[in-house]
Amino acid sequence: MNELRQRIRDVIENEPVAVFMKGTPQFIMCGNSDRALRALREAGAPVTGVDVLADPAIRQELSEISGWPTIPQVFVKGELIGGADITEELAASGELVRVLEEKLGHDYRDSAGERSVSLLTPA
Amino acid sequence: MASIGVVSTQPLQALLEHAFPDATELHVEDRTGGGDHFQVTVSSPRFTGLSLLDQHRLVNEALAGPLRDGTIHELRIKTKGSE
Repeated sequence: MNELRQRIRDVIENEPVAVFMKGTPQFIMCGNSDRALRALREAGAPVTGVDVLADPAIRQELSEISGWPTIPQVFVKGELIGGADITEELAASGELVRVLEEKLGHDYRDSAGERSVSLLTPA
Repeated sequence: MASIGVVSTQPLQALLEHAFPDATELHVEDRTGGGDHFQVTVSSPRFTGLSLLDQHRLVNEALAGPLRDGTIHELRIKTKGSE
C-alpha cells in the first residue's frame, strides 16, 4: 500500500467526521462541498476537512478506497455516509443527527468545530 | 439552446435506462446547460429496501464511464424506491 493511501486511511479511521472536499472548511471551492458542510454544521458535527485539490492523487486514491466516484465524501467513524446529496437528505430527515449520536455518542456536539488536515508530506 | 441540452443528457439517459429497465421515473437534467453538471432522478423497485448509500452506488455504477472520463463534472442524484 502506498504512503498516500495509508495517510488517507488514517484520516478516515481516526477522525470522528472526515470530509474530503474541494477547498477547506474555511475556504470552500465547490458548491457540493458547501452543501455537505452546511448540513454537517447544522447538525453540530465536528468536521475535519481534507482538501482533495491539493493533489489529484488524493482523489484517485480516495475513490479506490471508498468505491465512491465523486467529491465530497463524508465519513463518520470510518464509515462512508455519502456525498452531498445523501448528507443533505439525511440531515433533512433527522437521520444525520441519529447517525452522529449513534457513532460519536450523544454529546458529540461538545466537540463541534472545524479543522483541516493536509495529506501532503511536509517539504 | 434546448437541443444542446438534449444532446448532453441523452447518453446519460440511455445508460440509466439500460441499468434500470424497470424504472418508474427516470430523468436527467443538464443543470447549467453546459453539458457537464447533471441532476438525475431515478425511481426503481431495485432501490426498495436499500440504504441511500447503496441506491446512489447503483446510479454511480451505471454512470461510471462518463464519471471516469470527466464528461460528468458534477452529479446530483435523487433516488426513490418504487413498487
